[in-house]
Amino acid sequence: MSTATTSSPANRAVVPATTSSRATRVLGWLTLAGFAVLVALAFAWVPEDTRITEQGDVVGQFDAVRLMFVHVPSAILAYTGFGLTFLASLAYLRWRTDWWDIMAHSSAEIGVVFGVLTLVTGSIWGRPTWQTWWEWGDVRLVTALVLVLVFIGYLAVRRIPADAAVKARRSAVIALVGAVNIVIVNRSVDWWENRTLHQESTLLARKIRDETLFTLSFSFAVGMALFAWLLLHRFRTAYLESQIEELEVQEALAERRAEADWADHERGQP
Amino acid sequence: MFRDVWLIAGKDLRIELRSRVGLNQIVPFAVTVLVLFAFALDTDQEALRTYAPGLFWVTVLLASLLAIGRSFAVDLADGAADRLLLSGIDPIAVFGGKAAAIAIQLVVLEVLLGAGVVLLFDVTVHRYGLLVCAGLAAAAGVATAGTLYGALVAGLGVRETLLPVLLLPVVAPVLIGATRAFQDAFGVAGAEGWAWLGLLAGFAAIYGVFGALSYGALLEEA
Repeated sequence: MSTATTSSPANRAVVPATTSSRATRVLGWLTLAGFAVLVALAFAWVPEDTRITEQGDVVGQFDAVRLMFVHVPSAILAYTGFGLTFLASLAYLRWRTDWWDIMAHSSAEIGVVFGVLTLVTGSIWGRPTWQTWWEWGDVRLVTALVLVLVFIGYLAVRRIPADAAVKARRSAVIALVGAVNIVIVNRSVDWWENRTLHQESTLLARKIRDETLFTLSFSFAVGMALFAWLLLHRFRTAYLESQIEELEVQEALAERRAEADWADHERGQP
Repeated sequence: MFRDVWLIAGKDLRIELRSRVGLNQIVPFAVTVLVLFAFALDTDQEALRTYAPGLFWVTVLLASLLAIGRSFAVDLADGAADRLLLSGIDPIAVFGGKAAAIAIQLVVLEVLLGAGVVLLFDVTVHRYGLLVCAGLAAAAGVATAGTLYGALVAGLGVRETLLPVLLLPVVAPVLIGATRAFQDAFGVAGAEGWAWLGLLAGFAAIYGVFGALSYGALLEEA
């Protein structure tokens, strides 16, 4: 970060007044258009989930299956966000640059947003299909919940008023320990009660209709575009925040100097 | 190295022995929580006996927050932490000593609470060996993770509220493992207690190594 450009008013324009650029505007509109297409595909094109049993009964998830196009991409984006936080924290501890620190912070925030969205949509989906909002003992559910809780704690640390370097270093260690912890939680819940309701990946098992598969893949693409858009804006906001802090320090210093000069002038000294 | 570990642990334990904060405040707090559980579950003796292992460990975890907070509050007072840093003792030994002191306090607490559970919740112990081993391993796990997180929040203005938010999700596996092991030891559920002991020991080992390695970096800027 350069400090030379922040002291005089003429240079203040160096810090941009917006977090958007031509690239993010294009990306934003593309994401919005993609989302509109996704809604149309998910509600109009994909058929409801039904199967006919040998007895002639119609079974399946019916319209509830459409939640897949929000739930699955949310989960992937949440894990992408947390994974990025982990990598950025490692990189911060190695290189100690603000860039990695801001990257870790921004991706953690987005990860928590999508993590909560995953839990909420999963819960809503679970009610009609599993007849329960929540299932203790389900590895994926409990791991996701603890993961979100760990990163909510991480964000709490990031909000504390403290020296920037101290906060950055401790946050990085917390992110690393949190990632290690997720593995332990996952294993322990698996041993605790392995009565999982959550299905295995349908993508890998290839038990999925072509329309559904295409829409799901499309939802990943829209999700990734949304993630990139959010990350760019969040990163720039955080960068501007750090610039403002720097500016305020510089201005406070300049004011103190001006006061000292005025006092000298009053006493008749140059 | 080990002499330094005991030096630090001895210092923390002597402070606790002289100030009696643990005995006068943390133990009464823990016993009160047990009593509150009895009120919450009504006077259903059967329910209390069934859930005694889980209630016991929730109580230990809550009390451990106080013990960990106390251990770092003592170091922050009068610039003691700076002098500890200047003493030239290896940060790994400082971590080991503080974790050992917290673990010993937790074991004492567990013994007292265990007596409380046997008396108040009418629990009978079937496997003493498993009970003792699980109690020691869980205390080691909570102490190592707690010392790491205690150092992480030490010196930040809001550490009293921050420590529970960070530590409790992390020690969730200890709660699961220790509860299962105690269920087996109390004979209230057929869990494979010795397998869970492995999880507890693994947890303590992972956090012991992680904490020892990162402690130097955390002490420097505290």
